[in-house]
Amino acid sequence: MLKGRHVIEPGDLSIQELDDLFSLAEQIIKQPERYSEVCRGKILATLFFEPSTRTRLSFEAAMLRLGGSTLGFADPGASSTTKGESLTDTIRTVSSYSDVIAMRNPKEGAALLASQVSSVPVINAGDGGHHHPTQTLTDLLTIRAYKGKTEGLTIGLCGDLKFGRTVHSLAKAMSRYPRNRFVLISPPELEIPDYIISRVFKPAGVSFTQCRRLEEAIGDLDILYMTRVQKERFFNEQDYVRLKDSYILDAEKMKLARKDLTVLHPLPRVNEISVEVDSDPRAAYFPQVKYGMYARMALILQLLGMESRAPARETPAPQLAPQPTAPQPTAHRTPAAPKGGTAK
Amino acid sequence: MNVQKIRNGLVIDHIRAGAGLKVFNWLKLDRAPFTVAMIMNAPSSQMGKKDIIKIDNVIDIDYSVLGFIDPNITVSVIEDEHVARKITLTMPDRVENVIKCRNPRCITSSETAIPHVFHLVDRKRAEYACIYCDELYRAGIGEFL
Repeated sequence: MLKGRHVIEPGDLSIQELDDLFSLAEQIIKQPERYSEVCRGKILATLFFEPSTRTRLSFEAAMLRLGGSTLGFADPGASSTTKGESLTDTIRTVSSYSDVIAMRNPKEGAALLASQVSSVPVINAGDGGHHHPTQTLTDLLTIRAYKGKTEGLTIGLCGDLKFGRTVHSLAKAMSRYPRNRFVLISPPELEIPDYIISRVFKPAGVSFTQCRRLEEAIGDLDILYMTRVQKERFFNEQDYVRLKDSYILDAEKMKLARKDLTVLHPLPRVNEISVEVDSDPRAAYFPQVKYGMYARMALILQLLGMESRAPARETPAPQLAPQPTAPQPTAHRTPAAPKGGTAK
Repeated sequence: MNVQKIRNGLVIDHIRAGAGLKVFNWLKLDRAPFTVAMIMNAPSSQMGKKDIIKIDNVIDIDYSVLGFIDPNITVSVIEDEHVARKITLTMPDRVENVIKCRNPRCITSSETAIPHVFHLVDRKRAEYACIYCDELYRAGIGEFL
């Protein structure tokens, strides 16, 4: 039971809880209308102390599609922090108004601190370069849909592995499943932090290799997780300019990849994936966005303890969205696409 | 160098050479109303050099903090000029407000009212992590609060 709990990092949910959550998300994908009024009267507060469009809208869309309401701010300039209010005071106040809080803050550990003073569940929507658990839920749900499993996979993490919080969270999450191995593809300046290696990979006995060139590794991968080199994570603009174009995935590199590769990206994409790759059936980063909304719907339902309030199924499940029209590679598993989704 | 025997008090021994001052400052011994001797760079067969603090009074000490600063430290309780008992230290599972998290991206850098808390993540390597940002620290090393 997740009711009343906080979700600060992917490890806050057991493997069983993750499985339950994904099963619920898959139920929502199949029959969204059953859940469209379940959260009526409930309020989600979205507190974004750092600019975000995608994650904030995903949370808001999730709550609205459950019949609930949202309040909050998208710009820290609109919050009382500009008057010098502490984060803890803001959270104590907002938790008096809402039933669940989704918060993004540029400071690492901000969500943990919020959870220590909040009277309602706190969902970490990103704390600096640290954790982003709902992106991980998004990634896992997408992997589950495309691969039919979350174990025994070779996962390439490419780009900014140092500051990329989505990468850290995914590395932790996938290390919990058996027989996954990682290929870490980055320049020396953006290598994955030591603590991921010493405290995640090594204790779990996870196999990993590091390399500098995407071309060397892409042919071995089941999943390629691309990341953007984020300007806001650098103190020094010169370092950002020097590294921002380090790894670009294009059609030429895709020729070296397996036919059943799945390419993921937390988005927004800048130029690290050429637009020519978008039409490749192996590109899963836009369907991933919709899976993210469904993952967040399932999470909100479970944190509020309202998953069982969906009315009983009265009619047979409707047909799933049409399967992708683009030619599918032989070994590629087409996911159960979200209803009305953008899966190609 | 001769330091007078103490009658009732504590001897904090086997402090890593150079760390004695940290222990001295942490225990606020500069403000003590009783005699305190700080011996630095004393010869040691085991350690080469070590620091020793002798306190001419039995005082309450947070042994977990000493264990964080240096788990090899030993504390002897002296009664009537004899060692009544020896206390060996271990690294504590958690320390609060002993060192400061130096990560400028950590929430502790902007929320000044919250405690700086670290938990032991690797006893063999004597590594602690900030509970908020996961920044790693070696036990006994860092900016002491």
